[in-house]
Amino acid sequence: MSEITNSPLDVAPLVTRGSKGSRLGLGTVIVVAVLLAFAPAITGDATTNDLTQFFILLIMAVGWNLVAGYGGMISIGQQAFIGFASYAVLDLSLHGVLAWYGVPIAIVLSGLVSIPVSFLAFRLRGGYFAIGTWVIAQVFQLVIGQQSNLGGGAGASLNDLNNLSPITRDDITYWFALALCVLALGVTGFLLRSRIGMALVAVRDDEHSAAATGVSVVRTKRFIFILSAAICGGAGALLIISNLEVQPNSSFAIQYSAFMIFMVLVGGIGSFEGPIIGAVIFFILEQTLDNYGVWYLVILGAFAIIVTLWLPRGIWGAIDPRHRRSLVPLRYELHVDEG
Amino acid sequence: MIWLNAVVQGLLLGGLYAIFACGLSLMFGVMRLVNLAHGDIGVLAAYFSIILIEHLGGNPLWTFAAVVPVAALVGYFLQRFLFDRALDGGELSPLLVTFGLSIVIENLLQQTFGANDQSLNIGALSYQSWKIATDVYVGRLNVIIFVIAVIVIVGLQLFLSKTRTGLALRATADNRRAASLSGINPKRTRSIATAIALATVAIGGLFLAMRTSFAPTSGSSDLLFAFEAVIIGGLGNLWGTLIGGIALGIAQTVGSQINAADGILIGDLVFLAILAFRPQGLVGLKSEVAR
Amino acid sequence: MTHLRLDRVTAYYGHLQALQELSLEVDQGEILAVIGANGAGKSTLLSLISGEQAPREGRVFFDDIDITSLAPHQRVRKGIALVPEGRHLFGTLSVEDNLRSGASTRRRGTWDLDAVYELFPFIAARRKHRAAVLSGGEQQAVAIGRALMSNPSLLLLDEVSLGLAPVIIRDLYAALQRITAEGTTLLVVEQNITEALAAANYAICLLEGRVVLEGKPDTLSQRAISQAYFGHDLGPSSKAAS
Repeated sequence: MSEITNSPLDVAPLVTRGSKGSRLGLGTVIVVAVLLAFAPAITGDATTNDLTQFFILLIMAVGWNLVAGYGGMISIGQQAFIGFASYAVLDLSLHGVLAWYGVPIAIVLSGLVSIPVSFLAFRLRGGYFAIGTWVIAQVFQLVIGQQSNLGGGAGASLNDLNNLSPITRDDITYWFALALCVLALGVTGFLLRSRIGMALVAVRDDEHSAAATGVSVVRTKRFIFILSAAICGGAGALLIISNLEVQPNSSFAIQYSAFMIFMVLVGGIGSFEGPIIGAVIFFILEQTLDNYGVWYLVILGAFAIIVTLWLPRGIWGAIDPRHRRSLVPLRYELHVDEG
Repeated sequence: MIWLNAVVQGLLLGGLYAIFACGLSLMFGVMRLVNLAHGDIGVLAAYFSIILIEHLGGNPLWTFAAVVPVAALVGYFLQRFLFDRALDGGELSPLLVTFGLSIVIENLLQQTFGANDQSLNIGALSYQSWKIATDVYVGRLNVIIFVIAVIVIVGLQLFLSKTRTGLALRATADNRRAASLSGINPKRTRSIATAIALATVAIGGLFLAMRTSFAPTSGSSDLLFAFEAVIIGGLGNLWGTLIGGIALGIAQTVGSQINAADGILIGDLVFLAILAFRPQGLVGLKSEVAR
Repeated sequence: MTHLRLDRVTAYYGHLQALQELSLEVDQGEILAVIGANGAGKSTLLSLISGEQAPREGRVFFDDIDITSLAPHQRVRKGIALVPEGRHLFGTLSVEDNLRSGASTRRRGTWDLDAVYELFPFIAARRKHRAAVLSGGEQQAVAIGRALMSNPSLLLLDEVSLGLAPVIIRDLYAALQRITAEGTTLLVVEQNITEALAAANYAICLLEGRVVLEGKPDTLSQRAISQAYFGHDLGPSSKAAS
């Protein structure tokens, strides 16, 4: 602020989107994404599958960060959309739609189904919103768990892709996951650069002031909620084409919320980079603590508490405490030319 | 008659939900904190009772005398050392911290006791019943639970309206700033609220364990039922919470009568219907929900 | 004897400096009026005394005890009570419960329910009503009564007359005289200069976080006050108007 007022009026400050570093970062991200596209050709099938799982986690983290970090809505019911999309792919395949085509359709359907959900959930605020979304997820699980054509409580298998060799199937799934991951990150990044992104930050920081400056708080939040549901739906659709089976208890597991919250908190809530860092850490933890079974979840919960209390802005917040750096060009940067 | 039976059973079940709900509601009222580990703490209390019976024997009923005071004490210090700190961190922190706590408790229980169902065996009381009409029997235990639920609610109401500490709790719930300017110690008040909440949820947890079987992950559904009871009844009103618990209980038992697997779902749908058409709850006066 | 002493306190309101190295002494039994325009630092000064805010620098002493780090409720126990601007009653509680909540420190003294009802007879009739339904004047009386219930030796009043009809303001100030008769020290923050100066036996005027004028009210000229209040001389035309 003071720099603007101190500068003589004839030297206009130069406002650019992003710094040199962040544009370099964006370039790196694109190069990495392109390189990753060739991974199945280089690495073995096991690595490909691991990476697929990682992308699914990252997509979930991006979805939850959007609704909680930017929308300010702590939802613990995003598993509703994960499970819904998994089952949508299954249902579509039972009606003759090949699973590959089912994935984008399921994503759209997840977004659509979140609209009526938002009207109910938005009646609640803060903590009660959180439990409300949980109840709604339970309703999704109970209703879908009773559809006998979808396997009822026992679940069902996706038999659609059985004619493909496992390796081909895994590779295609991998590309789907990579594409959706890039898409989710891209949409989030694009969104944050847009007017909505600014409205969003305004709403998150101070709902009343944002409303006073003409931002439609409810509309903005609803848009975010729908987008987050679609992204979580993407993760759900990927889960069924990689696992080839669904079951109500696991497809709608509250654990997904725990994972999402953990990743976003540890990485840095409300930052673009946070979910990426969080997903990497979570993925490594998951691989290393796999043998510890339940203890692994205990550690996860304890970590969530510790990070919330002592590192509230996560690892990215510690790297970038003053919001100065950015991996990709998202924010406006002000350059005052002194000469 | 089967419908009358379902309604009577639901009414009795509702008392249990009200016990679970009143602590959740109290904590939200006093400090706007929603404890997502609320149900898990009830389940933890039930496991504590199992350990006591294993080592000391006797009828589980005596363990109320040990478990409830311990729960209150734990609540007092949980508030001091964890929740107070979380409340300082803004609106999201308490949710994330209590959700983390919920995960820790559930999985520690699973690690220690395994995922199997357990129950507290209270002997003959668990199957004795009274006949109140043709084909309508009420379990003695269920009646006792309901009566104690009403006593807990009435007692809490009297405590809030008649005692100095109750006044401090109501004042803090109304206006935190004015409360501390009136000489009310906010930390102490919050700790007392949490102590009461944990004591009541421990009572609920023990009764639930006597009534039915439970597992480490039962806490989540208990939390959801408690929450539904609070919203159905209307916020900030203990009588509303009792009515909400009863409405939820009846919805579930009548739902189960329609289709055995549908009980919980019908309860959820009643909750959603209230949310959609009467967001202030059955008894609530406030037009605004959960601020 | 010095009852309250602020020693070179500096405090901020958000990022703005609200008080700059301000020192202040209030003697027992005194009625101090603090006047000043909006943003002069009056409310920040009160929050430093009531304990809602800690000074960035400097100390606060009460009866020569350093209370800088005490929380508001601890200061109420020591005998400092604030009637906040906007009253901040417990709207869902009855009038009587509002008053009772003020007695939670159990400090001994002359004030109890009966004494408050005697001071403000018009709220006695409404003791069972919820505080939210009372009129502005009644609410202000309950707010003062609630503070008195803690039997304070120092009573802080923030904008008591704001938004009230003149006749009610006169009643409230008459009640303040009776409160000081019990030996209570009063610190009155007001934008309503006339009432405040009439009641006070000492006055200070704040401007941009500093004391720019102080003295006994009858020794302060109108011109000096308006100069201190607005930070510049308003000139002869405004003088004529007043």
